[in-house]
Amino acid sequence: MTAIPHQKLYVDFFHEKRGLASWLVTHDHKRIALLYFYAISGFFVVAFCLGLLMRLELIAPGETIMSAQVYNEVFTLHGVIMIFLFIIPAVPAIFGNFVLPMLIGAPDVAFPRLNLVSWYLYVIGGLLALSTLLYGDRPADTGWTFYAPYSVKTGTNVTVAVLAAFILGFSSILTGLNFIVTIHQMRAPGMTWMKMPLFPWALYATSWIQVLATPVVGITLLMIVAERTLGIGLFDPSIGGDPVLYQHLFWIYSHPAVYIMALPAMGIVSETIPVFVKKSIFGYKVIVYSSLAIAFIGYFVWGHHMYTSGMSGPARIIFSILTFLVAIPSAIKVFNWISTLYKGSIDIKPPLLYALAFIFLFTIGGLTGLVVGALATDIHVHDTYFVVGHFHYVMFGGTGFAFIGAIHFWYPKIWGRMYNLKWANIGFTVLFIGFNLVYFPMLVLGMMGMPRRYYDYLPEFTIPNLVSTVGSWVMAIGLIIVIVNLINGRKGPKASTNPWKSVTLDWTHTQSPPSLYNFEETPVVTRGPYDYRDYEEYIKNES
Amino acid sequence: MSSESVSQNHTAHFDAYGIKLGMWLFLFTEVLLFGGLFIVYATYRFLNPEAFHEGSSQLNLVVGAINTVFLLTSSLTVALSITALQKGDSKKAIDLIMITIVFAVAFMFNKYYEWTIKFEHGMFPGMDHYKELPPGEAQFFNLYFLMTGLHAVHVIVGAILLLIVAWFIKKGSVNQQRIVYLENAGLYWHLVDVIWIYLFPLFYLII
Amino acid sequence: MLEKNEVHIVDYKFNILVWIDLLIFTMITIEIAQFDFQALTVMVALVIATLKTYLVGTYFMHLKFENRFLQTIVVGVGLLFIAVLMVLFTDFLYY
Repeated sequence: MTAIPHQKLYVDFFHEKRGLASWLVTHDHKRIALLYFYAISGFFVVAFCLGLLMRLELIAPGETIMSAQVYNEVFTLHGVIMIFLFIIPAVPAIFGNFVLPMLIGAPDVAFPRLNLVSWYLYVIGGLLALSTLLYGDRPADTGWTFYAPYSVKTGTNVTVAVLAAFILGFSSILTGLNFIVTIHQMRAPGMTWMKMPLFPWALYATSWIQVLATPVVGITLLMIVAERTLGIGLFDPSIGGDPVLYQHLFWIYSHPAVYIMALPAMGIVSETIPVFVKKSIFGYKVIVYSSLAIAFIGYFVWGHHMYTSGMSGPARIIFSILTFLVAIPSAIKVFNWISTLYKGSIDIKPPLLYALAFIFLFTIGGLTGLVVGALATDIHVHDTYFVVGHFHYVMFGGTGFAFIGAIHFWYPKIWGRMYNLKWANIGFTVLFIGFNLVYFPMLVLGMMGMPRRYYDYLPEFTIPNLVSTVGSWVMAIGLIIVIVNLINGRKGPKASTNPWKSVTLDWTHTQSPPSLYNFEETPVVTRGPYDYRDYEEYIKNES
Repeated sequence: MSSESVSQNHTAHFDAYGIKLGMWLFLFTEVLLFGGLFIVYATYRFLNPEAFHEGSSQLNLVVGAINTVFLLTSSLTVALSITALQKGDSKKAIDLIMITIVFAVAFMFNKYYEWTIKFEHGMFPGMDHYKELPPGEAQFFNLYFLMTGLHAVHVIVGAILLLIVAWFIKKGSVNQQRIVYLENAGLYWHLVDVIWIYLFPLFYLII
Repeated sequence: MLEKNEVHIVDYKFNILVWIDLLIFTMITIEIAQFDFQALTVMVALVIATLKTYLVGTYFMHLKFENRFLQTIVVGVGLLFIAVLMVLFTDFLYY
């Protein structure tokens, strides 16, 4: 059916209005998503390069390219940018914004203007964070955690960096608030809660964490600012304060934040796998409930970051037990994805490759997470490279790969063109190999006892560090291949509206690229989200 | 249906419940923002019970009690204002908002008076005097200034929100049918009241 | 989806009654603070404060007339905060 009656009326959202100004004041969720995309990608490249520099410093023992102070500043900025500017907003702000309304059959998010405000807050926060490089004595050197008392004593630009994180938190809160109301109020007729696709479900759970956890770190960071500027020594032991309380408050947010990073990525994997297996997802409801369970239990496990900070014995045991509990729903999801693959007609395309890589790398990250989550073993590996390896497996291997996979998945939807599949596969392979070369040696180094956050190390750690640094170059080459291929894809062949033959609303009922309000008419939902019975016929009838 | 009519539908779409739900979610973030401070308060009070008692005895209970009455009464007038607008009496609604603003100003004036006296006694954030106080007592005053200070900021923001809504009622864009903006400003104001309901006994009434 | 068409109007008089209750509770909490219940003093103060919050929430904030979901999440957030505080105090109680 090429002769759609409204064909003449169809204008994609790129061409609805033109000019830079029309982008900067847009209320369209798709344009805001792309604004986020460019900003976030920019920050990601900066932080990635900082990571490369850190690896280069660690290529051999002793000072290679930077002093200890510079190294401290570099890893702080790497952490701050990667956490607050890349991995927390990446999936919700880009893909949440772009596809959430389409997946639930809505013309936009509930509060489009607020959505734009969130983006501006994000940009202001990001620029503030970068600005700490330019003035004052030195950029912050505290690590991304801003632990008191060092963060209130150091002469570096901590105040501005902390304020930047505060503003970014606000941006994150507003996005979460927007998504919750959108999901509650704007689902298409017929889309009951249990007919909603899993990516919106993951975003729903994530949004609750954003709304309920972020304010705690907001006020904690303000306390650091108050202490630095007004001299309100809240964490100063000499006037009855307790620095460990800072760590509590910080992790009350920052552990749930780990799930802000991981849950949407899991949502992408749940969304991707059925499409390339042509089979309904295994245990839909269980995946839904496990997302909610992760969000809930994740609120009570923050103490496992503090086993060696001097917490009481009972507290450490309780946090360890709760940490084991949170591993259960994560594991359930992994089993469900693998069961979905079973007996499916698997079509290996780049998005599926990234989803499979997610499962593999996230499982390594999750299992090493149990090692650091268990009280007894954590005492051994705390603050070693084992922890660094662990969270990079979860964050980069998990969320990072899901993020790149999501770009490959929704690329034809966003730009209406198709990238080169062969180069996408090559890029993926190099990236995957490079990734494991960088981070697997870190797990080994941690077990050998190499502490994290030092610019130098003992000679016996040389070989794994060398492997890791070489791996970082392989990973960089892989990333360059991926990025170049994606950029070239803009001039690639036109993609059909539904190249992957998915049955969710974003593919069946919208054009590629979508028009301003996504749908020609409000879709009415009658099937489950991953109902692949007679899908060829269904797609033909609906488009 | 053409895309034109979809877009018109979209702009005409007005979801009062969604707007209110959004406000409640925002109130949750406010609750947890103060929640962080309440956590600090609970911890330090637990660690230094005697010092918190000492610190509390230096606060002026009368000023605190009067401010409590002011805020409770202003909450009433906001609630009455919503009732008035629900009944379609927008003039009465505006008048009641103005009375609320008067109470807000009175609250802030009282607070100013209270803080000025504290400052005159050499008690302000970061003072040298802290070094001489017993450890927990300095922490008590830190929290007192931070929490009531942050609360005062919220009083100012809430008053501004109410003034803006009053302006819109006057212009007619907030009315009996589109009352949700007044309700939202009211919700914010009640939250400010609720936070004070907890701050008052926790700071002024420690035995 | 979750639409609510009927409007509940809380009468002027009823609002004023709630306000009088709130003032009475304020007086009680000040009076009762003169007695020393040892460890229970804070609890008593917090219970009264929570009763006042209940009044403000239910009648001034119209929670009584909102749907079950909104009522649930408001209570849920309160419970979540209390739970976080309790888990936190596993550290400080056994220090």
